[in-house]
Amino acid sequence: MEEKGMEECMEGMESISLDKAPLAYFSSSDYRSAMAASGAMSPSADQEDDEDGFLGAQSGPEPDPRVSDSSKEVPISRNGGNSSQEFLTMAVTQPQKIQESTGSSLVPNIYVTYLVVSHTNIPEYGGTEFSVRRRFRDFVTLADRLALAYRGYFIPPRPDKSIVESQVMQKQEFIEQRRVALEKYLSRLAAHPVLRKSEELRLFLQTNGKLPLQPSIDMASRMLDGAAKLPKQLFGDSSTVLAPQEASQPAKGGRDLIRIFKELRQSVTNDWGASKPPVVEEDKEFLEKKEKLQDLELELTEASQQAEALIKAQQEVGDVVGDLGLALIRIGKYESQEATGNAQKVHATDVKRLATAAVKVSRFYKEFNAESCKHLDHLHDYLGLMQSVHTAFSDRSSALLTLQTLMTDLSAMHARIEKLNASSSKTFGGDRSSNRKVEELNDSIKTAEKSRDKAQEEYERIKERNRSEIENYECDRQRDFFSMLKGFVQTQVTYNERIASVWSKAFEEAGSASV
Amino acid sequence: MVSRRSAGIPSSPNSPAPEQPFLSISVTDPVKLGNNVQAYISYRVSTKTNMQEYRGLEKIVIRRYSDFVWLHERLTERYKGIIIPPLPEKSAVEKFRFSAEFIEVRRRALDVFLNRIAAHPILRQSDDLKSFLQADEDSWVVEKSRTAEGVFKKKPSDFMQIFKDVQSKVTDVVLGKEKPLEETSEEYEKVKHYVTELEDHLGEAQKQSYRLVKRHSELGQALAEFGKSVKSLGGCETGLLGKAFGELGNRAELLSYKLQKQAQDLLMNFEEPLKEYVRTVQSIKAVLSDRAQAFRQQRELFEASKLKEINLEKLRVVRPDKVGEAEIDYRETKLQSDEANKRYEEIVKVMQQEMVRFQEEKTRDLGAVFHEFARGQAQLANDTAEAWKVLASQLDAWSHQSAGKAVESSA
Repeated sequence: MEEKGMEECMEGMESISLDKAPLAYFSSSDYRSAMAASGAMSPSADQEDDEDGFLGAQSGPEPDPRVSDSSKEVPISRNGGNSSQEFLTMAVTQPQKIQESTGSSLVPNIYVTYLVVSHTNIPEYGGTEFSVRRRFRDFVTLADRLALAYRGYFIPPRPDKSIVESQVMQKQEFIEQRRVALEKYLSRLAAHPVLRKSEELRLFLQTNGKLPLQPSIDMASRMLDGAAKLPKQLFGDSSTVLAPQEASQPAKGGRDLIRIFKELRQSVTNDWGASKPPVVEEDKEFLEKKEKLQDLELELTEASQQAEALIKAQQEVGDVVGDLGLALIRIGKYESQEATGNAQKVHATDVKRLATAAVKVSRFYKEFNAESCKHLDHLHDYLGLMQSVHTAFSDRSSALLTLQTLMTDLSAMHARIEKLNASSSKTFGGDRSSNRKVEELNDSIKTAEKSRDKAQEEYERIKERNRSEIENYECDRQRDFFSMLKGFVQTQVTYNERIASVWSKAFEEAGSASV
Repeated sequence: MVSRRSAGIPSSPNSPAPEQPFLSISVTDPVKLGNNVQAYISYRVSTKTNMQEYRGLEKIVIRRYSDFVWLHERLTERYKGIIIPPLPEKSAVEKFRFSAEFIEVRRRALDVFLNRIAAHPILRQSDDLKSFLQADEDSWVVEKSRTAEGVFKKKPSDFMQIFKDVQSKVTDVVLGKEKPLEETSEEYEKVKHYVTELEDHLGEAQKQSYRLVKRHSELGQALAEFGKSVKSLGGCETGLLGKAFGELGNRAELLSYKLQKQAQDLLMNFEEPLKEYVRTVQSIKAVLSDRAQAFRQQRELFEASKLKEINLEKLRVVRPDKVGEAEIDYRETKLQSDEANKRYEEIVKVMQQEMVRFQEEKTRDLGAVFHEFARGQAQLANDTAEAWKVLASQLDAWSHQSAGKAVESSA
């Protein structure tokens, strides 16, 4: 039920309807997701005035953020400009069990697919309605690809993989919980102005049949790959130098063994070395904000827990009032039966009246708690978002580390050239093998410099994404938390008034009739 | 409630009765006496009266729980058929014996106990009550030891056993074992049924009231913790949002205090009265058990006397020389039988009156309890709504301001 005055239309910011939390990030409690499911964001096609709250004036296609040699990205602003009203809504429905028997195994493989239906008016999508079948594994792939391509952004965390036996996986309850979580996940992606236009998401939502995204290579094949490369790397081939296109990607475990080792060494040097690394995290503002966010996370954790406890306690009061009401009903009936005099008859009526009031109040409490939950959910959601923030910040650190490592490599190579030149100048006529080495080194240096530049670009790009995300996050959080506080308080007022009037009525009516 | 009403003989409020006899008692000032294992609580019992039988208008004595127990047992002994007001429970758990809440609850219950006795037209005449209210230290000790044998008599639990025995005899009949020595009159059945039902309902209501008290208290706690955490969270936020969090936290803490108070109120004015009535039902069961016992006695003696009468007639014919003795024996038994009958009928009569009185009192008392309950809940909800309302308008203003600032900074 919409309450007057609960939502604020902030100038320059879009209004948020009660049912949708624009940055409704993943919350881990079953109770909460069950509550959210009842008032869940159930997108429907005819949502003319659906506003996601992030509608910046995005006119024209955004440059592909992954293209590494693109020029500076267009910074995303959340506020200002309410021209185009883009929307993207998805529903995850109709879970179906698929049984496929693979040739080799005796046990048929059973998994669940979900129907993902999307509606949009975003031009990049080239269409308005799509409907595909996806399984949980596909969502994992989507999440992994996004994590790879959009380092630095606060990417909404996907629902956890569950380590349960297949028996449980097939239970209706589990499937329903998962369905709700997946829907929530997609809606968060849709709420992010950059991610909603990503090719990954588009392919996920549009492409019928098999998901045309490569899943991340699994650990085993990465290790084989890495093992194959290692001998060459160890024997000091020029291919030790990090290729430029890899410089803008994080090191992958198992595969880039040498790179990982080097970066590890660099990080140890950073921590313990006497000299400063070639480039450091200078952005004071960032460091300050990071620290603040860490504090915030601590407090959010506590507040989120206490909020959950509060809702539970409120619910328990409502329950016991209901139970009291039932007990009073029985008493009232009995008193009616046994009533001999008038006074007793009146008393019986009073008891019944009180019983009715109690039952009514307990019903109000149920609604009361559902509403309160919706508001306090912001706490849980922002807590869940912290995961994304950590990832985005660690993307930044790892990009910085790559850059530092490359710069260390470069200076090492320059130093070697110096040494070789120095020693060969002592040899009259030059040292042919030495000269060859210098030539090779110069080639390597050229490659390494290109890589360093790429790494620098990537680092800067991630820095900028961090910065704009932080800014938007601050803005969103302010708005959402204010909305939460107002909503919570208003709900308290509304329901306490209702409950008060029920009790008052019972009190007054009894008083007037009493002997 | 009873504790605040002074016990007066009911009469029309308009008649200018010159000296309305009244007996007003209060139990106050619990004090811990003694040391360690033998520590106990003593209470001040103050009596105000204008009744002739009492010496003087006011009297204050010091009594402890076991003294009240003595009084209760004396009354139970003496006044068969009357529903003796119940005592608060002996404490089961050592740990809570001296907790402030336990002591206060007990003090109130003892106050109610004495005033109910004072309000009862028959019980208030009791000599034992007089001694209890007036005897000074020394004479009190004497009084108690004088009646000491009485103290070790049957406890209420034994009455229950007798009651159960009576019931089991009924089952025996069903199984075809022996003739039941229990009343089968409609009136008796009705009363028994009424008491059983009542015990059930009151017990249920009391159980819920206990849970209600607990849950109110827990909500208060949760609200306090929530308020605290919200305030800390506000510390991380700057500007108006920080302020808003802070205010919310403060408000929550204030309301938590209100809730704890309400929990206390509910305990004293809702749960305790219900508990007292549950205990009173136990008293009624004791009366029923007395009645059953009286009935059995009367029956047995009647059968015995009848037998002796038959034997007597036989003897007149067969052994005239034994007639004298037998006649004396018979007359004695007949006398006992008559007396037992009288006693039984007295209990039945008194009990009927008592049941009527009980019903009236219960209707009045519980009516007031429920009425007050609704009022208290309404008050709490209203206060809560008011407290949040103030904050709601503040938040509105702040969020407007904050939005305005955001627009400025993005311009």
